Amino acid sequence: MVQIINTVDPQEVDRENATAVNKAENRSLYASREAIHPKAAHGRFRTFKWTMVIVLLGIYYIAPWLRWTRPGDAPDQAILIDMANRRFYFFFIEIWPQEFYYIAGLLIMAGVGLFLVTSLFGRAWCGYACPQTVWTDLYIWVESKIEGDRNARIKLDAAPWSVSKLSKRAFKMLVWLLIAIATGGFWVFYFADAPTLLHDLVTGQAPSVAYFTIAILTATTFTFAGFMREQVCTYMCPWPRIQGAMLDEESLIVTYNAWRGEPRMAGRKKAEAQGLKVGDCIDCNNCVAVCPMGIDIRDGNQLECINCALCIDACDAVMDKIGKPRGLINYTTADLYAANVAGKNEHWNWRHLIRPRTIIYFTAWAGVGLAMLFTLTHRTQLDVNVVPDRNPLFVTLSDGAIRNGYTVKILNKRQEPRTFRLTLDDLPGATMEMVGESGAKGTSFDIAVEPDKLKAVKIYVSTNDPEIIEHERTRFEFKVEELNPKGDAPAESRTYDALFHGPDGKE
Amino acid sequence: MAHHIEKDEVSGTQTTGHTWDGIKELNTPLPKWWLYTFYGCVIWAIGYTVLYPAWPLPGGATPGILGWSSRGQLAQQMEVAAAAQKDTVDKIAAMSVDDILKDPKLLAYAQAGGAAAFKVNCVQCHGAGAAGGAGYPNLNDDDWLWGGTPDAIYTTLKHGIRYTDDPETRDSQMPNFGIDGILTPEQIDQVANYVVSLSGEQADAGKAEAGKQIFAENCASCHGDDGKGNRDFGAPNLTDKLWLYGGSIEQVKAQINKPRMGVMPAWTKRLDDAEIKELAIYVHSLGGGEAPVTQ
Repeated sequence: MVQIINTVDPQEVDRENATAVNKAENRSLYASREAIHPKAAHGRFRTFKWTMVIVLLGIYYIAPWLRWTRPGDAPDQAILIDMANRRFYFFFIEIWPQEFYYIAGLLIMAGVGLFLVTSLFGRAWCGYACPQTVWTDLYIWVESKIEGDRNARIKLDAAPWSVSKLSKRAFKMLVWLLIAIATGGFWVFYFADAPTLLHDLVTGQAPSVAYFTIAILTATTFTFAGFMREQVCTYMCPWPRIQGAMLDEESLIVTYNAWRGEPRMAGRKKAEAQGLKVGDCIDCNNCVAVCPMGIDIRDGNQLECINCALCIDACDAVMDKIGKPRGLINYTTADLYAANVAGKNEHWNWRHLIRPRTIIYFTAWAGVGLAMLFTLTHRTQLDVNVVPDRNPLFVTLSDGAIRNGYTVKILNKRQEPRTFRLTLDDLPGATMEMVGESGAKGTSFDIAVEPDKLKAVKIYVSTNDPEIIEHERTRFEFKVEELNPKGDAPAESRTYDALFHGPDGKE
Repeated sequence: MAHHIEKDEVSGTQTTGHTWDGIKELNTPLPKWWLYTFYGCVIWAIGYTVLYPAWPLPGGATPGILGWSSRGQLAQQMEVAAAAQKDTVDKIAAMSVDDILKDPKLLAYAQAGGAAAFKVNCVQCHGAGAAGGAGYPNLNDDDWLWGGTPDAIYTTLKHGIRYTDDPETRDSQMPNFGIDGILTPEQIDQVANYVVSLSGEQADAGKAEAGKQIFAENCASCHGDDGKGNRDFGAPNLTDKLWLYGGSIEQVKAQINKPRMGVMPAWTKRLDDAEIKELAIYVHSLGGGEAPVTQ
């Protein structure tokens, strides 16, 4: 028998500060979405939001129906992305595929504009203009008209299924679905003649891609605005993460002025009577009830906040009621907040908008815009491209002359037929031959181009001039001049630098 | 590392218990819909592998119950394309090459179709740009052995050159003047100098003078008295600047001694008539094509 001699007092055993990581009650890896039933707010920002909803949805639904008369066979739809014919029409502007940089420019402006607005007014885009916000607003409005405001909806949610609940829910979803179909349906009108497409859609003759697009957009609108709502902003959208880099201490953001509101309490009279310090916040939770993101703005600036300012409306209404000044929750900057915490009574003024960051964003934004405007107003309705033959670079002819081949592309961007004179310039002694014009040789050709079309002609340039043949490369120009321009439009002309390749003793 | 799970005061969320340099990780639960999206993707993937070719097995992948295959899709698309082009192709097959040239739409179609057929069938010898090489004619230039009118090119393509399987093939033989002993090496040297001088290149004047007589006796029957060749025999024009086998005196001598003569297959058996016409029009359009003979 072994006798244990070195026994230790249980008190002296080394103890670990450990708990089981996978303890049953800690195993919640997934969280269900908790329904948010925002209460209807009333006030300045709610009015502004309704205005935005009406204006933006109005633009979306009306724009494809606007007509714009264009000459010739061009479509008369003001805004049209014509994929089949590779044209983009925007009122008086017509963009060809090679001018896609205008779209790139617009995207750059949209990007920099977003930076600018965010650095000035925080997430103004998220709160007022994002389609997710606009359609969610519309869906919540429908919901409140059918099921009632916040309290009624909470009650209905908790109530057992009944005919009344079922019919309310079914009616709500039907209206949602109709809005979703309209949303998807109007999207495709931007890509084809709207009245024709509407007729085809209704009679079942539209292309399957149109129905497919409508189906997808109907599904996304219905789910995103009906059920996902704030989940889209919080979990799917990258912008809440990026916006942190755009904000600074002088950006206007929706802020609960804790320095004024705290300590919050409901029974203020009793507390005041006891001589305790009392803040302006009466803890009525109205700001929480109206929040479509389901957050408490009094917790400070947070990822989920879309800066829609509905909490400002709710709080202002309460402040009016209890006779306190408005602005317990307001748009303010981190700097002003800090100053007020420090006891300085500082107010926002417009000068806060002008600071190096916003000036740089604005300059970049305006610069891109002006550059686009300049090129747009100065662009010609004639474009010339020359593609030289690369294989073979040159051909030796039986009389020893050297021939180079070029494909000359002339783009007539006007909606009327035009004739252009193509001339060989700066290549003395050389002659041009145009394929298809049997044997015609010379130094210039007249080429007719149909309205709004590109005409490609194959041109052979040959020369016997030893000066040119001996050189590996000789520079010259193709000149394209408009003949007999119609009306008061000035004759347009373009030159295109080209190279003539010779054997350079290599042959 | 201590696994101490606690409640984070700021967020109200529990930590995972993982701590790095004092930084604690929040155990933020994943939204459930995200999990369902994942399950949805799994179901989609299973459905996909049932419907479409998916699981690799010895002897080939599972075919999928829809019977779809990329090869089948290609065949289907080719059928659709062929059906769409049928009218045009039928017209091309029914018309003469010269008439096709007069119809701008058919011409454009034929040039495009010919360019595609050229890349498959012709580039092996004539090169991607049809510029040829030593022994393989450059089709871009204006020098033609058997004729450069659309019809002549069409005939050449149809029956080939020295292609023994086709009785109508274009055929001619240049004698082996050297190795068969018809001419002596000295005579070959003289006639080569004469031939080179025809195109205005540097040659020995004395030898060339002597070669003139030899040329008249031995070569003029095919290449012509003036050396300008004869397209009936595919006899090259010797007065121009283009040489299929090289234009130096040594190269010309080698060609007289033991001539090399090109062979091109007849394309009738491999391509249909419309394709051959398209090829003829494409080759004709490369820059050296000669105007059709008007009758």
